[in-house]
Amino acid sequence: MNEKIKKATRHTNQNEGLIFEKSSPGKRGFDLPPLDVPKVDASKALGAHHRARGVEGFPEVSEIEVLRHFTRLSTWNYAIDLGMYPLGSCTMKYNPRVNEFVARLTGLATEHPYQPQEMSQGCLKILRLLEKCLLEITGMDAVTLQPAAGAQGELTGLLLIRAYLQKQGNARKIVLIPDSAHGTNPATAVIAGYEVQNIKSNADGQIDIEHLKEQVTDDVAALMLTNPSTLGIFEQRIPEIAEILHKKGALLYMDGANMNALTGVTRPGDLGADVMHLNLHKTFSTPHGGGGPGAGPVAVKKILEPFLPIPVLVEKEGGQLALDSQRKESIGRVKAFAGNFGVLVRALAYILAYGPGVRQATEDAVLNANYIRKGLEGVYDLPYTRPSMHEVVFSDALQKKNGVNTMDIAKRLIDYGFHPYTTAFPLIVPGALMIEPTESESKEECDLFIDAMKSIAQEAAVTPEIVKTAPHTTRVRRLDEVGAARKPILRWQPEAKKSEAAD
Amino acid sequence: MAYPTNYKYSKDHEWIDAKGDSATVGISDYAQHELGDVVFVELPAVGTKLTAGKQFASVESVKAVSEIYAPASGEVTEANAVLQAKPETINTDPHGAGWLIKMKLSNAAELNALMDAAAYEKYIEEKKKEASA
Amino acid sequence: MRYLPKSPAERQEMLSAVGVKTIEELFHSIPEKYRLKKPLDLPGPMSEHEVVQYFSERAKENSNGYTSFLGAGIYNHLRSVITDTILQRGEFLTSYTPYQAEITQGTLQAIFEFQTLMCQLTGQEVANASMYDGSTATTEAVLMAERLTGRGRVLVARSVHPEYREVLRTYAKNSGLHVEEFGYTAAGTADEKALSGLLKNDVCAVVVQSPNFFGVIETLKPLADASHSHGALLVGVVAEGVSLGAVKPPSEADIVAMEAQSFGLAPSYGGPYAGVVASKDKFVRQMPGRLAGQTVDQEGRRGFVLTLATREQHIRREKATSNICTNQALCALAATVHLTLLGKEGLREMAEQNIAKAQFALAELEKIPGVKRAFSGPSFNEFAVEFPKPARLVNAELLKEKIVGPFVLGTPYPELTKKALVCVTETTTRGEIERLVAGVRKALAA
Repeated sequence: MNEKIKKATRHTNQNEGLIFEKSSPGKRGFDLPPLDVPKVDASKALGAHHRARGVEGFPEVSEIEVLRHFTRLSTWNYAIDLGMYPLGSCTMKYNPRVNEFVARLTGLATEHPYQPQEMSQGCLKILRLLEKCLLEITGMDAVTLQPAAGAQGELTGLLLIRAYLQKQGNARKIVLIPDSAHGTNPATAVIAGYEVQNIKSNADGQIDIEHLKEQVTDDVAALMLTNPSTLGIFEQRIPEIAEILHKKGALLYMDGANMNALTGVTRPGDLGADVMHLNLHKTFSTPHGGGGPGAGPVAVKKILEPFLPIPVLVEKEGGQLALDSQRKESIGRVKAFAGNFGVLVRALAYILAYGPGVRQATEDAVLNANYIRKGLEGVYDLPYTRPSMHEVVFSDALQKKNGVNTMDIAKRLIDYGFHPYTTAFPLIVPGALMIEPTESESKEECDLFIDAMKSIAQEAAVTPEIVKTAPHTTRVRRLDEVGAARKPILRWQPEAKKSEAAD
Repeated sequence: MAYPTNYKYSKDHEWIDAKGDSATVGISDYAQHELGDVVFVELPAVGTKLTAGKQFASVESVKAVSEIYAPASGEVTEANAVLQAKPETINTDPHGAGWLIKMKLSNAAELNALMDAAAYEKYIEEKKKEASA
Repeated sequence: MRYLPKSPAERQEMLSAVGVKTIEELFHSIPEKYRLKKPLDLPGPMSEHEVVQYFSERAKENSNGYTSFLGAGIYNHLRSVITDTILQRGEFLTSYTPYQAEITQGTLQAIFEFQTLMCQLTGQEVANASMYDGSTATTEAVLMAERLTGRGRVLVARSVHPEYREVLRTYAKNSGLHVEEFGYTAAGTADEKALSGLLKNDVCAVVVQSPNFFGVIETLKPLADASHSHGALLVGVVAEGVSLGAVKPPSEADIVAMEAQSFGLAPSYGGPYAGVVASKDKFVRQMPGRLAGQTVDQEGRRGFVLTLATREQHIRREKATSNICTNQALCALAATVHLTLLGKEGLREMAEQNIAKAQFALAELEKIPGVKRAFSGPSFNEFAVEFPKPARLVNAELLKEKIVGPFVLGTPYPELTKKALVCVTETTTRGEIERLVAGVRKALAA
């Protein structure tokens, strides 16, 4: 092993097949208490609908095998609990464990969304307090906690814009999106029934205001802006941008994915945003869990409040809270039942732990990003030199000369004990390295990261092959993604084709 | 790889091999190289009307989807069935067995607007220079 | 602050390294006018103990001590503690989306197993790695049918969950989809005659749920045949997945949209849950959501990767099959652990216990004068009863007995004000059922 690799060493982890491969008839992992009512013959009760033999192919394994199976699988994963994820715009911060504890409390985890609201005041108070906190943080007037994730929040936001404009007489046709935007932005705009037009960024990575003035016509419904941009750079002229839009009757949508650079320091509502979504699984510490669940609350200015999705949390006489689904102008329901309550509890727990001191988290996040930027300037190419906020974007231009690209560098970073940064995004930087450390990283971890990146840059110059063929120390080496896409195998099948009749 | 001199080429890197009012269409070697390993091809049905410059197919690699634009107007008479099972043929033989569709031209004069092999080779040389600038 | 790993000295060191004196200098790119001059007005800061106290107090202000007979799309089932043991492992809980496959094989293999279990349960050939929930999975299934057929009309049975239908309408409004509903029969099943009257060659999807919102199990074949004869696809919705332990899967459906909450996910006042879209192999490229695929690494070892990503938003952008980015990975993992613990026999036994409990409850309720079964179709763990007076009045009395009564059907179905949906699962004890019956007797006497 390279003695320069300080953070990671090999550790033993075990081989483990698929759970179906351990299955054997008669084994069982969970017992039910005995029936306390008369037994019923299911085939009589269900007739032709009866599934005679249980689910074909379902595994039959014991409790310990299940426990070992998933424990072994877990050891194959990198995680925040192990170390830094420098992933740009993902905000992979510490997931506080007390959040897990409170979300599981009997009396919270056990509540049915349709139980009488008089008996759900505890849950509703939690929602109310979270709403108040998010309004204070964003500087907006009203908020919905319904959307299940950022993308659903974006869709909700655009549907609100559409409803508002429709009421004015014309829903309009176009949504403007910067070329640096996250892929969910254009995908969502299309689902909301709009046509997407790209706006260019200027040489500083900011929106080209002159170009924008031409593009904002009476046909434009909104501009979807991420701030700071995906380059980690604060969009300086937002109030101007808002004015240009408002003059033409269009609205400003802010993608709140990068709120980690702003919380406690500035407020999107003050800057001129009309509507924005938040990703609770980013700035507000709810766990990623391998890909979800998240939550995507949408905060709006007063003009959009009548259109919020149902149900809306309202305060009745005597202080009782209720969920109101009788809202004439609402865009409707975006999700069954209520929002992702379990995720909302975790976000509130995070906010309560910090209180007004949440600004410190933002400051540390920005400090870490700038510290890393300073450490790597000159080592990697920096295409945009304006000040960085909570993330910094380099490119692989210097390393490309030896045929080493951002993907290779990312894979080699794994050998050094880190998860890769975001590669190849934003699209406006070819060969991008997008790095966001978050406030959860200590100086020690940042230094280890800087050392690793410096070492890899050296390797790229002197021994590029070791970078191009990385990773070398993982459980599996680079996987054949081409084969996986050409001949997809998306489920396990039993070895011998059974000729029994299907259930 | 040499670019067949009897083919014509579009700015979007499609080639067209015309004989009278019948033609075969595919993507160039430069295009397949930029795309990387092809994993899937979406082709139009026989009978589909094509308009020069409009998208009629797409070619997918693991990380990207490329829209393919019709180099000329007409109607699809055949789609290359081999690409269903072996999409990699586009990578190994883009100018031959990796053809996408056969078509009937509605206006053969449109081909005059396309580049010949020499002009196309110059065009991609310039593109390569731009990319490494 | 305990979540921030920096000492004041370290902060100073780093500020010096960056070349600034104060942290404020790093925020100068924000115009001065918009930089906040004082701290946000937020509650806190709270120690860990205070955080726990806050939520413990809220937890006491809900339905503690009450017995519930609510189902209507969210079900109480037994759940092993092992599910949380696994979920709480940091390597699963705090791991990111498996885009870097070499260091997320744990998540990827678990997803692959989840996809397999979902196929086995639903009788379909391929399943995705989950959508937000059953309602959005249903909407995504319909959008998938629209893409596959190129048609814009959708026919939805009124016996499909009311909120699922509402969500579909919200999405349809802006996508050019035209949604129409067809009614149900006296038996409580989707009305095939009504459907045939509406079917034309402009329909992309017919949407039916089984067991449906009334708890009645649908016979899908005639609905599938009618749909197919007009070139439409049948979307089968499953809200109570445990039913599949004893009820034949919806294999006649072309696309299945299922809610996985019943597989070990707490009700948690509305979420998070996990939806699944399952379908035939030939439709896979139009399927939304993440998919984990099996492959090999350069040394021939089996491994797993996210595949067919070109359908997704981060590549297709405007042309994506869906705008979804997150899936419900942790919830899907919970379902996977839960189902592998239960196994084939455990799920079957659980399903049979649900049937037995529901039959017992129905029989006991029907002994009450004036109470009768509302729909005659076969059911699983939910059934509708009709009371001689409005169901909400019965429930108001039941509350006094510390019972949360059955779901009042009159709320989403104004024609059914005297009917209510009773849900009984393996978690409901005989004693609780007997208390319900006594409570209803008392309520009707009042």
